[in-house]
Amino acid sequence: MQVDMTVNGQEVSEEIEPRHLLVHFIRDQLGLTGTHWGCDTSNCGTCVVLIDGEPVKSCTTLAAMAGGHDVQTVEGMEVDGELDPVQEGFMQCHGLQCGFCTPGMMLTARALLNNDPNPTEEVIREAISGQICRCTGYSTIVRSIQWAAAHESAVTVGTSNGSAS
Amino acid sequence: MQVPAPFEYERANNVAEAIALRERLGPEARFIAGGHSLLPMMKLRLANPEYLIDINDCEELFYISEDGGEIRIGAMTRHRELLESELLAEHFPIFRDAEEVIADPVVRNRGTLGGSLCQADPSEDLSAVCTTLDASCVIKSTSGERVVSMHDFHVGPYETAVGDAEMLTEIRIPLKANGGSAYEKVERRAGDWAVVSSGAAVWFDGDTIAEGRVGLAAVGPNTTSIDPVSEALRGATPSEDLYQQVGEIAAANCSPQDDQRGSAAYKTHLAMELTKRALRRAVARANGQEA
Repeated sequence: MQVDMTVNGQEVSEEIEPRHLLVHFIRDQLGLTGTHWGCDTSNCGTCVVLIDGEPVKSCTTLAAMAGGHDVQTVEGMEVDGELDPVQEGFMQCHGLQCGFCTPGMMLTARALLNNDPNPTEEVIREAISGQICRCTGYSTIVRSIQWAAAHESAVTVGTSNGSAS
Repeated sequence: MQVPAPFEYERANNVAEAIALRERLGPEARFIAGGHSLLPMMKLRLANPEYLIDINDCEELFYISEDGGEIRIGAMTRHRELLESELLAEHFPIFRDAEEVIADPVVRNRGTLGGSLCQADPSEDLSAVCTTLDASCVIKSTSGERVVSMHDFHVGPYETAVGDAEMLTEIRIPLKANGGSAYEKVERRAGDWAVVSSGAAVWFDGDTIAEGRVGLAAVGPNTTSIDPVSEALRGATPSEDLYQQVGEIAAANCSPQDDQRGSAAYKTHLAMELTKRALRRAVARANGQEA
């Protein structure tokens, strides 16, 4: 079957098998390997992408179901050489060590800040609670998101496809 | 790599289209809502439908409203909306209790009420919530609609009253005065399936309980209401002795099994203790003593 969707602001139209999962479509068919493939059971959250601005586990979503929707992956966070403040925050506050969970963590953080520009620590921890990090103990991830919140209030931030949920 | 077996994909734009597709494609077709129960089962080849009918575009199934003395919830309403709904929190705080401990926020962005009920997993929380609240389910087909109680809806593990050419479209919960409700769950880790959970709801007439219900999850093949509990609560005055008595009735009326989540004896103990706690909180909420 044919599937059409927007990925990081670009229209894509591809021939797929209906059983193709979104994570494999993004990685193998579009070559966007920033989205990681982890537990395959919707537990670890490293495969999180944004669909219409909302974090979704792409290992438990069919590519066909994303048809007609806006998908954003970690590759779409940087625009014209400018890092998203969330990416900058992860760099400034050491929000990663091995980096495996990072793409999903950053996209969930992006969606959170689009909905709530000044989240409390409790709200941040709840928002990322569907994602597992085995390096940082989460404290530096929380600080990274707080850094982004503090630094983006001054500038207008949009996702590449402009779809804040 | 876990990948489902091959199937054909169809997308329905509205309920009429969805039911027509289901009728045409027959018993080997399944609706897919959020997909967070069905796709894992398909990846493990525990479910092998020949056709999937995607109903995420059926916009008329996304709502929570108050109508005719009932709260009506569209079958595609997602966990996140159930968690965040002020209307539900006002009338049935049991929903927020349960939603806070169902999976995680990202999964809750996709999973739906209708999908949860139709999955009919005996450990599933929303079936216990709907049983506790004496909800009924609206099932549609090309020949019309029928309304069934949760008791009749939940036929057995992974089995519901929804026929091959039918669709669950709405859940209705009766609004009754002076009520309170609560949900208690024990899980091995945050967001896991319940080891045991218990929901309780009470409605008062003055100082006595006019009606009370308890719904349990993960303690046997069925998630049904416990009639002896309702009988013990009818006309009773709340007390610690009453909560103990009802907890013991709940424990005596469930049939948990030993598994990796715990022994049957432990789960029976939890059924008693969680029923006591849920009932205590439901009464406090009905009396305006707890949010």
